[in-house]
Parts: sequence; C-alpha cells; structure tokens
Amino acid sequence: MGLTPEEWQAIRLSLEVAARSVSVSLLPAIAVAWLLTRRRFAGRMLLDALVHLPLVVPPVVVGWGLLMLLGIRGPIGAPLHDWFGIRLVFTTEGAALATAVMSFPLIVRAVRLGLEQVDPGLEAAARTLGAGRLDRFLTITLPLMSPGILAGAVTAFAAGLGEFGAVITFASNIPGETQTLPLAIYSATQTPGGEGMAARLALISFTLAMAGLLLAELIARRMHHWLGRF
Amino acid sequence: MLDVALRHRFGPGFTLDAAFTAAPRGVTALFGASGCGKSTILNAVAGLLHPDAGHVSLDGEALLDTARGIALPAERRRCGVVFQEARLFPHLSVLGNLRYGLSRAPREAKGPALEEVVALLGIGELLERRPARLSGGERQRVALGRALLRRPRLLLMDEPLAALDAPRRAEILPFLARLRAEANLPILYVTHALDEVDALADQLVLIEAGRVLASGGVEELTARTDLPLAARRDAGVLIAVRVAAHDAARGLTRLEFAGGHLLMPLHPAPPGTALRLRLRARDVAIALTRPAEISVQNILPAVISAILPTTSPHEVFLHLALGETRLLARVTRDAAERLQLAPGLEVFALVKSVAFDHARPA
Repeated sequence: MGLTPEEWQAIRLSLEVAARSVSVSLLPAIAVAWLLTRRRFAGRMLLDALVHLPLVVPPVVVGWGLLMLLGIRGPIGAPLHDWFGIRLVFTTEGAALATAVMSFPLIVRAVRLGLEQVDPGLEAAARTLGAGRLDRFLTITLPLMSPGILAGAVTAFAAGLGEFGAVITFASNIPGETQTLPLAIYSATQTPGGEGMAARLALISFTLAMAGLLLAELIARRMHHWLGRF
Repeated sequence: MLDVALRHRFGPGFTLDAAFTAAPRGVTALFGASGCGKSTILNAVAGLLHPDAGHVSLDGEALLDTARGIALPAERRRCGVVFQEARLFPHLSVLGNLRYGLSRAPREAKGPALEEVVALLGIGELLERRPARLSGGERQRVALGRALLRRPRLLLMDEPLAALDAPRRAEILPFLARLRAEANLPILYVTHALDEVDALADQLVLIEAGRVLASGGVEELTARTDLPLAARRDAGVLIAVRVAAHDAARGLTRLEFAGGHLLMPLHPAPPGTALRLRLRARDVAIALTRPAEISVQNILPAVISAILPTTSPHEVFLHLALGETRLLARVTRDAAERLQLAPGLEVFALVKSVAFDHARPA
C-alpha cells in the first residue's frame, strides 16, 4: 500500500499527539483515580462529574472551552504567551493537550478499576511491616494497580489517535502541525478526488484502534497472570 | 509486658470495652466467639484501627494513649501481624515477601536471620515461588516468617489457622508451638478454637460481647465452672504433665503431674518432655472405694472441694483436689445424691487412658 508523504505525516503526527497526550494525562489520572477511590471529601462527586464531562459534552465544546481558556487572549493562555512565550493554540502541543482532556476520563476509569482490585488488607499488611504512606503506595499499591494503569494508557492512546472535534476546534487543521489522521481524512473527503486517500487513512485508523484495544486486553491479562490473579 | 485498655463504639449496637495485660513472653490467647471484638482489639494494638479511647503500652512505652494524644502509626509500632488470610503480596516472590519487613526493620533491632526463619518454617523450597502457587498452609508459614523478620517487639496473630482445613492446621501447629518456645517476645493470639488454646496459650483472655469476662493462666481458667468455657462439651481442666517413662511392652506412657501420675496410650515424646493434657470433665468418673477388676487405668485419690451447678439442672460439676492439681468431673445430680457426695469427701477419680487425645507439647 503506497502512502503519500502527506499521509505518512498524518500518521506520524497522530502517533505523536496520542503519545504526548497519554504522557501528559497519566500521572494526573492516577492521582484523580486515587482521590476518587480512596478518599472521601467534600466535592468528590463534583470532581467525578468534571472528570467524566468530556465523555458527554460535544468534543467541539471541549475544544471551544480550551480555546477560551488557553487562547492567547484567554485567562491562562495570555500569561503563558506573554511571560513564557508558550502558545498552545494551533500547535502540536495544543493538539496533544486537547486529546489529553478528551481521553482523561478513559484513563481515570481504567485506573480506578485497577485500584479497586487492590485489597486494602495488603496495604494494611505493608503498614505492619514498617512501610510508610509513600513507601507502600510505590511498593504495593502501584504495582498491584498497574494492569489498570497500562490498560488505561493503551486505550487512551488508541482513542487519542482519532480525536477530532476538540483538536480541530482548539488546534485547527494545519498539515504537519495539527492535522492528525481523522483531520486528514476529513480534509480528504472535502477534496475532489480525495476518496482514495480517505479510504486508506480510514483503514489505517481502524487498524491502529483495533490493535490498541487488543493490546490493552492482552497486557491486562498478562499483568493479572503475573499478579497471580487468574 | 503489654498493657491494653480500649473503648470503641461501633454504631449504636456494640461497644468494645476491654482491658488486659499480657506477659513479656509466651502466648496470650484472646478467646471468644466470632464478632465478640477480639480481632478489633488486635487491630487496635497493631495500629490499624484507632479506638475512641484507651491506651496500649509495651514495656512501659506508649504505642497509643488517647488521653495524652499519643497514637504511633502502625508502621512504627513494630508489631508483627499474621492475618487469617496470610495477605502475602502477590507480585512478590516468597523471598520478596520475607524481605519486605526485614529491609524495613530498624538496623539495631535484633532477631533471627533470614536463613534461620526459613529453616524454622521449612520454606527453603518455596523461596522463588509466587504466593498464588502456594498451598494455604505454606502461605501461612510464609506470612509467619515475614512477620518474624520484621523484627517485631510484639507478635499478633489473628486466627492464623481459621482459614485452613484440619490437615493444614496440623501442619502449622508444631511451627507455632516451636515459635512459642523459642521466641522471646509477647505473642497475642486471637482464636475461637479451643484446641489452639490447649496447644499454645499460656494465658487466656476470655472475651464476650466486647468485654473481658476473665483473664489469667490457662490452667486456672479452665478449672473455673462459672465461665462459658465450662458449658462446652469439651470443658475440662488443662494440666501440665511430664513424660516420666514409656512401657513399650504394655503400650503405655506414664505421665507425672503435681498431684500424682497418669497412664496414657504410648506417646511418641521422649521422657522428660513437658506436655499439656485436657482432662475433660465428662471423662472423669467418681468411685467411693478403689474399684478392682476394672479397665480404667487411672484411679486417682482425690478430695471433693466443691459441688457446683452446670448449665443443666440434672448434672453437677465436682471440683476435685489431687494434691496441688485441681480437676473437674461432670456427673449426674442423681449420682451425686446416690453417693452422698459432699465437699471434703475422699473419693477416687477414674479416668480412662484412651480419653487423652489432647496431649500437646507444653
């Protein structure tokens, strides 16, 4: 299957955006999942709802929200731009950020599932063996919830390859900068004679997503086996 | 010396209010039915549960004192805990589990080396295995080793045998008995199984509905008829005996105790071994004269010191004194009346040799 340089560019960019979005959202997702699972605090339900918002709000609205906040006139975007020279709109970083926000609930959900499988009795046992809070999180909780973390990361990566609405609204559709696979497919369908390109990219998109989901399942099984669960 | 006094309210229905002390070495058993609060006491001592009020002190050092605002976190109490479900870390090998506590023990803490614990518990073959590939008995041995290698000042065991079937229990008990003999630290042992008390306990704390009913030496408490222990089918006095001699030809072992001697079917322990024997009250019969031509091997002169009621209106407990040793016999009220039994009367206590099935290493 011969791919044109533009098509390769879109694929490479999609992989880059998805990878960067996962690397940005993974640690906050673990922290939020831990808060939601293990802590009872005022505003817990609100945080839970907020995290899940990108699942139900139209992606375009998420993109618009980011544009309002992080645009170079926005309340966060302006100081970032004026003081640090950081511009997120219309950049690959911006596309990654928009993707991260969209896939955040996916990671949080998977990490929570992983954390819920960790028996608090084991953490109590670690306490009696002299492990302090951080020590037992790193040596007991984290390894035992790692199947959920890995599954969440892989799922979010696969989903991030195809994020459309938030990316196009916040980061626009710039070839080589922000034109990821779905944006390239969309552009192809809008171009006379672009049907062949659209079909090839759609197939690649489908294959990558499928591979990602299968990989996530495979990893989860391997990890559970490693932990002696099944 | 462990000193514990706790009060904790669980909702409206149940309040734990218990105080007791445990000797600086040997096993103190917290004995009671499920849900009586004994595991809660253990968790509070370990620091895994914060009680409403109370104190826990070990050798004069406060681990918990709500009045003074002291609550040492569990990770700094140096209490080794063996849980009912072992709670081994599934992602670590047996060796990794054993080392977990060892590497976190204070450097100056003394205790057995890894190799000694591995040898004591017979787990040398298992070191590379994951917990998922261990049997229940093996898991509990590893959990015990892990707790010991934490170099604890106090060992807490929460029904460590309750999740095991009879053969596995029999597999672990000797290790616990050896531990009790060798470990120079207080052991708090939560159980609802009387045979574990017989095998291991030096001191007994009887717990009912969140309160301490009685506490003291095991031999002393098992001789009391005012406690729920006496209502059990297997009620009877636990006595300390020593293997005096074996008569292989007759198939008998002669045991000495403070008030005389007993014959039991040949026992494997060598002469000199200290054992504990539960003489069940219902296995002891009474005769006014020394019977002849009778199969019963043990005919012990005794004096009735008291006659007390049982939970049944038709049966009574006889307290018997055999020198220093006290014995309980449970007979029908009719028999007591027929023989005109009364305190001060000299009688013979008859005990069948085959009645002893609870001879444990002491």
